[in-house]
Amino acid sequence: MAATQGILELLSPYPPGWGGTLLAGAVSTIAISAGAFLIGLLLGTGGALGKLSGNRPLRLVLDLYTTAIRAIPELILIVGLYYAGMDGLNRLLATFRLPEIEVNGFVVAVAVLGFVQGAYMTEVLRGAILAIPAGEIEAAKAFGMGPQLRFRRVILPALLPNALPGLANLWMSITKDSALVAVVGYQELALATRLAGASTKHYFIFFLAAALLYLAITLVSNVVFSLIERHVRRGQPKPV
Amino acid sequence: MTFTWMASYWPLLLAGAAQTVLLLVISVVFGFAIAIGLAFAQVSGGPLVRYFARGYCTFFRGTPLLIQLWLLYYGVGSLLPMIPGIRQSLFWPMLREGFFFAAVSFTLNYAAYEAEVLRGALLAVPKGELEAGRAFGMSRFTLTRRIWLPRAIRIALPTIGGEIVMQLKATPLAFTVTVMDLYAVASKVRQDTLLVYEPLIVVTVFYLILTATIARVFRQLEAEVPVRR
Repeated sequence: MAATQGILELLSPYPPGWGGTLLAGAVSTIAISAGAFLIGLLLGTGGALGKLSGNRPLRLVLDLYTTAIRAIPELILIVGLYYAGMDGLNRLLATFRLPEIEVNGFVVAVAVLGFVQGAYMTEVLRGAILAIPAGEIEAAKAFGMGPQLRFRRVILPALLPNALPGLANLWMSITKDSALVAVVGYQELALATRLAGASTKHYFIFFLAAALLYLAITLVSNVVFSLIERHVRRGQPKPV
Repeated sequence: MTFTWMASYWPLLLAGAAQTVLLLVISVVFGFAIAIGLAFAQVSGGPLVRYFARGYCTFFRGTPLLIQLWLLYYGVGSLLPMIPGIRQSLFWPMLREGFFFAAVSFTLNYAAYEAEVLRGALLAVPKGELEAGRAFGMSRFTLTRRIWLPRAIRIALPTIGGEIVMQLKATPLAFTVTVMDLYAVASKVRQDTLLVYEPLIVVTVFYLILTATIARVFRQLEAEVPVRR
């Protein structure tokens, strides 16, 4: 009984409990993931359209981007890009004779993870666009729709049902990969948990609590994505 | 770009590569064995076994590997010394090593992902082949050993190759628990020589070589047992 009370006290959201720190970490994990997901979505859309545009040099660059990012371990990418990003930005500022700045760890984490996500998104979205029946796009062209209108009215609604399972997978993996920015020292859920463990010596309880928080994020995301999928598939015939 | 440090660090790099490969082989071999059990538990187990296997896969696929590793290394690792007599036991030197915890957590994690792949493959084996086996009077065990499992593994082969590459890309996490793998060597070089990118590039080349090797082995394996399309 005393042990349960101890656990509850440790996990209480008010100091000296560490629950608040863990929850704040979980919130920043979700924020990092959401930011990276959005950046990845933008890069991926651009990348997919670029790969399908038929412009050879552009396609070569994009092929290099997707192949390199997907072949190199995430941890190396994150550490490498983290330093390269910080370094590059400060050199850029130096050329304009501006003072060096300490970049917010959050921004760098989001940018780096977003850049990595973009490569995976490119492939998911490219596949989804290729799966759209060519006739639908030709019909749009025959109606005289410009590229932008065509993308907004025909390609986007038609690719979403195809892309959504892949996008859901990527969201699940980004929420988990965001734990890797703990290694470069940004405090999200994983690092917050390690701090809580280190200062109380109750590592097991805290890491188990963190694992359950991540699991909760995954399970809730599952429900949300299946709702979205039902929405974007609303006009489609039901499989028999 | 300077690579002169390579001259004095290459034995360490090779040792790191060996650690990385060893971690990968251990987690894939043992993980695959566990995955077979988990996959059959989900496909043909009783409700209780099925529930447990599903829960296992959900937990390990729904939480970051980093958290699982730290849960084992810091969490279980700090509880272990409380077991009476463990410090005097034969296994204690091994139980103090980060490598042990990395190997165990990678194995458990790989098993969860692989079990999902195998579960799908087991369900994808054509019913007619299983019925044919039964018609020959094969027992359940013989049928599984001779037809169901080998066919499922063949179906899953391309996906298994992909999973192993994913597992390889996850191994650098071991450096957070003091394992001297490839990535840890790179960060040691960074600390010693203050070079950031060069060691990362060299290590990346190692990982690319390993990835290419795995892809090649699997291409050959797939060619060995062709499937009719």
